[in-house]
Amino acid sequence: MLTGLTAFSQDMSSGDLIIAAMLIPTAAALLIPLFHRSPNLREAVTLIAAASLAMVTWSLYPRIIAGAQPELKVWEVAPGLDLAFKVEPLGMLFGLIASTLWVVNSIYSIGYMRGNDEPRQTQFYVCFAVAIAATMSLAFSANLFTMFVAYELLTLSTYPLVTHKATPEAMKAGRVYLVLLIGTSMVLFLPAILLTWAAAGTLDFTPGGIIVAQGLEPVQALGAGDAVSKAIPLSPLLIGGLLFLFVFGIGKAAVMPVHFWLPAAMVAPTPVSALLHAVAVVKAGVFSILKVVVYIFGIDTLSQTGAGDWLVYVAGFTVIMASIVALRQDNLKKRLAFSTVSQLSYVVLAAAILTPVSAIGAAMHIAAHAVSKITLFFAAGSIYTAAHKTEISQLNGIGWKMPWTMSAFAIGALAMIGLPPTAGFLGKWFMLQGAVTTEQWFPVAVIVLSTVLNAGYFLPILVRAFFLEAAPVPLHAAGAKNANDTHHDDHGEAPFPIVLALTITASMSVLLFLFPDVVLDLAKLMVAGG
Amino acid sequence: MIETLEKFANHYNFFITIFLMISGLFIVIARGNLIKKLIGLSLFQTSVYLLYLTPAKILNATAPIYDKHYATYSNPLPHVLMLTAIVVGVATIALGLALVVRIKEAYGTIEEDEIFAKDPEAE
Amino acid sequence: MSSSSWGTAEPHLPILLVIVPLFGALLVTFLRRGILAWALTLAVTFVLPLIAITLLAKVLQTGQPIIYEIGNWPAPIGIVYKVDQLSAYVLCVISVIGAVIMPFARRSIGAEIQESAQSWYYAVYLLCLTGLLGIVITGDAFNAFVFLEISSLATYVLIALGRHRRALLSAYQYLIMGTIGATLYIIGVGLLYVVTGTLNFDDMATRLGPAIADPGYRNAVLTALGFIFVGVSLKLALFPMHVWLPNAYAYAPSVATAFLAGTATKAAIYLFIRVIFSVFGIALAIDSLPIPLVLIVLSIAAMFLASFSAVFEEDAKRMLAYSSIAQVGYIMLGVALANQASLTGSLAHIANHAVMKTALFLALGAVFYRIGSVMYADMAGIGRTMPLTMGAFAVAGIGLMGTPGTAGFISKWYLGLGAIDAGHYSIVFMIVASSLISVIYIGRITEVVWFRAPSESAKTAKEAPLSMLIPLWLLAGATVYLGFDTQATVDVSAKAAEVLLGGIR
Repeated sequence: MLTGLTAFSQDMSSGDLIIAAMLIPTAAALLIPLFHRSPNLREAVTLIAAASLAMVTWSLYPRIIAGAQPELKVWEVAPGLDLAFKVEPLGMLFGLIASTLWVVNSIYSIGYMRGNDEPRQTQFYVCFAVAIAATMSLAFSANLFTMFVAYELLTLSTYPLVTHKATPEAMKAGRVYLVLLIGTSMVLFLPAILLTWAAAGTLDFTPGGIIVAQGLEPVQALGAGDAVSKAIPLSPLLIGGLLFLFVFGIGKAAVMPVHFWLPAAMVAPTPVSALLHAVAVVKAGVFSILKVVVYIFGIDTLSQTGAGDWLVYVAGFTVIMASIVALRQDNLKKRLAFSTVSQLSYVVLAAAILTPVSAIGAAMHIAAHAVSKITLFFAAGSIYTAAHKTEISQLNGIGWKMPWTMSAFAIGALAMIGLPPTAGFLGKWFMLQGAVTTEQWFPVAVIVLSTVLNAGYFLPILVRAFFLEAAPVPLHAAGAKNANDTHHDDHGEAPFPIVLALTITASMSVLLFLFPDVVLDLAKLMVAGG
Repeated sequence: MIETLEKFANHYNFFITIFLMISGLFIVIARGNLIKKLIGLSLFQTSVYLLYLTPAKILNATAPIYDKHYATYSNPLPHVLMLTAIVVGVATIALGLALVVRIKEAYGTIEEDEIFAKDPEAE
Repeated sequence: MSSSSWGTAEPHLPILLVIVPLFGALLVTFLRRGILAWALTLAVTFVLPLIAITLLAKVLQTGQPIIYEIGNWPAPIGIVYKVDQLSAYVLCVISVIGAVIMPFARRSIGAEIQESAQSWYYAVYLLCLTGLLGIVITGDAFNAFVFLEISSLATYVLIALGRHRRALLSAYQYLIMGTIGATLYIIGVGLLYVVTGTLNFDDMATRLGPAIADPGYRNAVLTALGFIFVGVSLKLALFPMHVWLPNAYAYAPSVATAFLAGTATKAAIYLFIRVIFSVFGIALAIDSLPIPLVLIVLSIAAMFLASFSAVFEEDAKRMLAYSSIAQVGYIMLGVALANQASLTGSLAHIANHAVMKTALFLALGAVFYRIGSVMYADMAGIGRTMPLTMGAFAVAGIGLMGTPGTAGFISKWYLGLGAIDAGHYSIVFMIVASSLISVIYIGRITEVVWFRAPSESAKTAKEAPLSMLIPLWLLAGATVYLGFDTQATVDVSAKAAEVLLGGIR
């Protein structure tokens, strides 16, 4: 009786916490314009909101670890279309990453936006807060409809951030961004949802999946009883087709060939690239795919029908191709973007290997890549703010002028390659383990080859930064070039908030290696079937 | 042959209706003069009056008088309907002509191609 | 109103819905000053939704249609007004849109129409409303024609009151097309009258069954169906009978465009559904003529071709006009698929599209009020100076794209389900692919107004006045609200669809 009551009250307050996770950023988005004229207050709103959101998500964490999965049904829009939230381990992980990094990123944003005198900063912070609200809703979504709402809101709210500079180039990038992301989601994702509804009679994320394969016993998982009995069995071919719609419909996962939007989005200010296009938006993509694979199809259904086998090859191809393209980029942010495309497909690849261990690897990689890639972007933005350099070929010897920045960059790069003592190592380790134990040699080859390629495009940057002399500025070019480009010697480190932020994220990357249980516990819960 | 002719002769009013309808539509489409178009439109509408009135009139029938001496009578309803339709038609033509007057004031012409020449985008 | 007088008025609500605006129009013509005419019109238009909503509530409560016999003559001798789920719902849409626009109209009409003509504008506006409401409420085929012509004649005048001389030409062209359409409709009705001897929709439906079995009558019935199909399609701007619409919408006064876009095609769509489902029964149409197939092809053509035209427009009003043609395509597609889900989607989209498109046109009206143009070149960068106006535009535009969380998504969802239920999986993809084009045209204007360098006129523009912003944001808010609370749209639509489909079985 007493335990029942405590559980009840715990659940109640969990519901409140879920609501708070969405309302805090929304409230911030509404409050920020009010302080349009006093930037300090405005930034205070962002910081307070970010800090309280992180507190909310971290106070949810122990409950999830304890095995609770708080649910919250907000509203039934129409029969079958429920606005409902449910915090399960994977969503918790994503929510933790996004909310924690929002704090760091807000500190960084302040340094960056002020350091570069960016226009329309109010609009920037509003859209950012809305994007975070969408991210949280997506992380905690309990069904495909809620996820889809959040997914589209995330696209729409980040569009003004991509076009922030309002240059012709930015507008062109905005067009690509909007049409590709909304386009794929409307043309493929939405029909996939419709067909799922028609086939399964529900859209709820259910452990074991809701799609039933022909000739297979439906997986009778907890709470799936009703839904499964209503479901129409599908042939493996149809299941494969449905998976195709989902994988390419969720364009945010940037599986080739729907990856163009990501490099294009790099025209946005660096904080946007850092949090949104290295963490929130792209992780929303792979997170959605993971969730669809685990909770809509079910790992068993997919592995027994073989309907998802093709995904390994698509993801593997993306991993390798994107790395090769990254090799050829001279623009630092573009190289990072292609690196992101490649790293995202690791997660898809891990999901496609369809073993529990690889799924743990995928979750680990989501976290590891998040903290490491954000570090790299922070470093890129730091270089731009301090030295106004954007190309890798300009970075000779910069390591000694910006030691903090470039040390952080080095840690991020190691994580990308997957070397200890960074978190990147762990993710790859679990993925390899999953692939080797099931004797899937193609993913093993992909992971090994891409590690070489990763090293191939990150190490030269470090070599340039630390071991090459800065090229003397040619006299005749001094007048012709942008004044900022020529004063290589005059700059030091970036403003303090920037350095602070990137130091924090770089240390997170190491800490995650030393204390991986934070993530692993959640991942194991996820694999255990909730 | 004779039979066909007889059929034709028996239904001659329908053929007049169809002729009016088609010629009215043809004028609307083929003529560039805004007033001629309205004339075509009016012809087109007139064909409808015939269409309604033809089946309403029964040979040797009378007005609908309720009395046992008069067994067959013509249905008055179509006539009433057509009175309404005529009113609608008159209103339409009147409004159309008013518009033509205003168009003449604004463009100085009521020929369609000349108007389009003055406002190239107004296709 | 005291309860006893309500008691006497209550049975007469159906006729009041037509009488009130009709006499309102008459009274308005006596008022010389624009502001007075506006005030009276405002009062009249705010009474109408109350009546319509009362009727809807009553129909939903009893589940039975309300029959009002004019002069106490029962059908088929007299004309009856019949309010069932479908007509009550459409009445609500039309009267609500007609009312919401009015607060906006004072400033907009004040700026766009000279003082002496303003009271005429309001009188004609009420006449148009009379006609549209009449089409929907009447249960008599010929009466529907009369109301159709009342609304059409009023519409021609509304369009002709536009400032540009092209407005006159557009009105003239619409007059020709509209009259042909109405005449074709009345020819069809005439043929049906010859066959059945009645003009009452319900009566016709029951007598058509035996008539169609007789081969002598069969051809007449099918010919009638053809005439009515084409005639009403002209009025509702079904592709390719839409050519009158872009110019008419582009050159009419801003408020008139917003009103017509929200209501006029909707009333015609209602008439189409009423005749095809309630009179012919879609079953007859399926058996004898490939009506659904033709309708599906034309609807899909509209969804794509009209959307493409919208992408390349440089005039915002014309862009939205083309978008309207595409949206009519969506609605007609659901009608053609003719199952519970698709019809629910279509009917829900009647309200959803009315709300969204009216909001969009009102936003343009506010822009026109400030800078006197809605060409893209002049609107460049206007989001900076009129953020609230263009913010509402963006919200409604997002709705038009069918983004989840907005009204547009709900309609699309049901249309998609309908297509799946009908077994037409390819149509699912066509629906979503064509809404991708709407992303492009909405994205394009969004880019122009928010991210282009401001034009000269945009730089000096001021935010729209409150009397414009309130109706505008009311509708923009409704776009989002109807995306979450679908009681008013989907629930009622589903019931109406049930009744429509029930008539067939």
